Amino acid sequence: MKYHDVIIVGGGLAGLRAAIEVNMHNLRAAVLSKVYPIRSHSIAAQGGINAPLGNHPRGSYDSWERHAFDTVKGSDYLADQDAVVRMIKDASARIFEMEHWGCPFSRTPDGKIAQRPFGGAGFPRTCFAADKTGHMLLHTLFEQAVKYESAAERGEMKIYNEWIVTSLVVENGVCRGVIALELATGKLEAFKADAVIFATGGAGRLYSNSTNALINTGMGMAVPYWAGVPLKDMEFVQFHPTTLYGSNILMTEGARGEGGYLTNNKGDRFTANYADSRKAMEVAPRDIVARNMTTEILEGRGFEDAYLLLDLRHLGEEKIATRLPGIRDICQKFLGIDPVDQPIPVQPGQHYTMGGIDCDKDGLSKVKGFYAAGEAACVSVHGGNRLGGNSLLDTIVFGKIAGEHASDYVVGKADLGAGDKALEDALAREEEKLKKLLSSTGSEDPSVIKEEMQKAMKDDVGIFRTKEQLGRALQRIRELRDRYKKIRLKHTGAKYNYDLMWNIELGGSLDVAEVIVAGALAREESRGSHFRRDFPKRDDEKFLKHTLAYYTPDGPRLEQSNVNLDHWAPKERKY
Amino acid sequence: MADITFKVFRFDPGTDSAPRFDTFVAPLFKKGLTVLEALFYIQEKLDGSLAFRASCREGVCGSCAMHINGKYRLACETQVSELGSDGVIVQPLGHLKVLRDLVVDMEPFFAKYKYIKPYLMPGSPSPEREWPQTVGEHAKVMPSIDCILCACCHASCTVTATDPDYLGPAALLWADRFARDSRDNSLDERLRLVDQLHGIWRCHTIFSCQEVCPKDLDPTGCIADLKRKAMKRKLFGH
Ligand SMILES: Cc1cc2nc3c(=O)[nH]c(=O)nc-3n(C[C@H](O)[C@H](O)[C@H](O)COP(=O)(O)OP(=O)(O)OC[C@H]3O[C@@H](n4cnc5c(N)ncnc54)[C@H](O)[C@@H]3O)c2cc1C
Ligand code: FES
Repeated sequence: MKYHDVIIVGGGLAGLRAAIEVNMHNLRAAVLSKVYPIRSHSIAAQGGINAPLGNHPRGSYDSWERHAFDTVKGSDYLADQDAVVRMIKDASARIFEMEHWGCPFSRTPDGKIAQRPFGGAGFPRTCFAADKTGHMLLHTLFEQAVKYESAAERGEMKIYNEWIVTSLVVENGVCRGVIALELATGKLEAFKADAVIFATGGAGRLYSNSTNALINTGMGMAVPYWAGVPLKDMEFVQFHPTTLYGSNILMTEGARGEGGYLTNNKGDRFTANYADSRKAMEVAPRDIVARNMTTEILEGRGFEDAYLLLDLRHLGEEKIATRLPGIRDICQKFLGIDPVDQPIPVQPGQHYTMGGIDCDKDGLSKVKGFYAAGEAACVSVHGGNRLGGNSLLDTIVFGKIAGEHASDYVVGKADLGAGDKALEDALAREEEKLKKLLSSTGSEDPSVIKEEMQKAMKDDVGIFRTKEQLGRALQRIRELRDRYKKIRLKHTGAKYNYDLMWNIELGGSLDVAEVIVAGALAREESRGSHFRRDFPKRDDEKFLKHTLAYYTPDGPRLEQSNVNLDHWAPKERKY
Repeated sequence: MADITFKVFRFDPGTDSAPRFDTFVAPLFKKGLTVLEALFYIQEKLDGSLAFRASCREGVCGSCAMHINGKYRLACETQVSELGSDGVIVQPLGHLKVLRDLVVDMEPFFAKYKYIKPYLMPGSPSPEREWPQTVGEHAKVMPSIDCILCACCHASCTVTATDPDYLGPAALLWADRFARDSRDNSLDERLRLVDQLHGIWRCHTIFSCQEVCPKDLDPTGCIADLKRKAMKRKLFGH
């Protein structure tokens, strides 16, 4: 059994930031990640990170109040306002800290951090490093982690690469640690810890049309869910307006922020034709642009009934080369076109998981000593719709906060290092489960189950939803869950068994998918990214509430909880 | 749908006495099919024991570097059609121990990266807001900061082949990236780490690293830059 004061699951931005914080508190931090930290999905974030720095002349009057209000309004009032205020008040300090640690942000002519416009704000608020902001931020945090891996003046910092956490161990409402599988050996091991922080990222790969990394299976949300921690607001799934036709690789919102146009097969900038995007045009919030694009395609104004065009040609080669080099590179490598002289074929695709592990504004869940941060968590600061540039902010703000609170909790904890028995029992249970999975002689092919799940989610739990579609999807996912119990693996070896890894994750994906569909079915209103054709209006009376989903063997049990409205009264959301 | 023949390197050092190539035939089942997608097809439909790493599938995370038809590249951004052949030969990264099939031991590679102290060392307390940096100063760290640590350069480096302790193109590129940063103030320390037997002077400027880099970076040029800095320091003391 291994023992660390605080275990952080996930080596993306939220996980590394949490680990650095624990380490700063002179405690022993260990990061468990199923991939090398810099292979995490955070690396792919492109456009930027929001903070009211006021560095751009057009945004010089920006303030935390404005940024917080835009966030709350963008969330369609489902975000917890106390949490939003906390995040935004901390935003500038976190950005400067990343800069001090070496993050190579792009610069203004007077040497400050440059900012660009993004959806949901009327002026430039999004700090960026070309169109590779996630890459630059994640490398910066990895560098700090490397620095303190070997530094004597701080607590221990240990990174376990290529370990996948399969179980969270909770004893009488207190977190005791995790069970994880080492990919290199195929062995399960118990990790004792006085506090555990989950920063396992989003669940995009429940959908076939996702911008997310392949590893974003949702397993990291399933693990605490199985242990009794509720998932919150999972029905809120963000669809990004501009993903590459075919592969769904993201074309950053920054492309529109820099002035790119969206056009249909008539050559019209169609965002002008919709009341909710008439003013902000291409930089209206994501849910709105994605819906209007889908309507264009459904009404026959798309190309091949599948895509529209993102036109950057008028920006000119120099701007494209300096501000959007990654976009250009992706277009050239994956489509063989250069956006300097050809428009980019784009379609909306799954992008972000607003919902997640239920926690409060300290990152703490209902289980003592168990915290969550980043995209895996639902504090909630994004509510029904996340503003572009706010989730990178979320990761570093709440990564730090979770690390801080977990550290304080450990310092004040009476029964340090307790829970051996619970961990041994959990390890035995996981070993039994693994043995069963490896020796199963069922007839189901898990890769087919995965494909069917991704298709059901894309077809029936997408941008526009109806009761009929959601009912069908729920039935489908439940069937797939039953079939999953009869899968047969294609490989039963111990070392680097990726067949095993991907298919352990599939079990988690299916349960998380079920929570999304059940939540979407129960929420009979339209809010943010969740649009019900059969209930097209927002209904604050019944649904200005969070959805909480608790695991039961027969499917999720749903409850509601209150939304914090400390600062602004809900209003109709108009842009 | 044309069929493509994949010859894939297979080896489990624990059980196999020698590596072998397995042959798989996969249909060209979609337009723009990448080598990574084909490997997943093989793993999911033909042989579940095939081991390889992948994450982002868009050429930014550095997981899937391997040797494909004669060149080190990222499997996820290599389209089968662009290889111009109906035969694809896939092998693991060179100069790193094979753990299984296409999965190699990355630890020695990361150890070199860590050795050069890959983090900003500003040498004075941080200001309240950002360190000022001009657009021109910022441009100096570009494009090196795009490095995704995929190890294509390491695998292709002929010096690494003969001197396993050579710091190698990736680590040296990162040393140079920090040495170029106007906010960094530790040039002495950085040069001390790389101005040594297994450091910058080992580079023979053969440019293999630069040729294979999927991000079109120039580690050879970065090493030359460090050599210049080290010489200047020796001659003029600054
Ligand atoms: C293409 C793209 C572009 C984006 N651009 C922007 C942007 O411009 N601005 C913005 O604000 N946001 C952006 N986002 C969103 C943002 O990038 C993510 O929300 C954020 O990076 C998530 O970070 P994270 O640390 O929470 O999780 P991740 O970076 O996803 O990290 C998750 C970690 O958890 C580990 N893990 C997961 N499950 C397990 C398990 N069971 N066991 C062990 N380890 C596990 C993984 O290995 C990984 O290390 C973008 C997203 C995408 C898809
Ligand atoms: S999978 Fe990330 S670089 Fe290929």
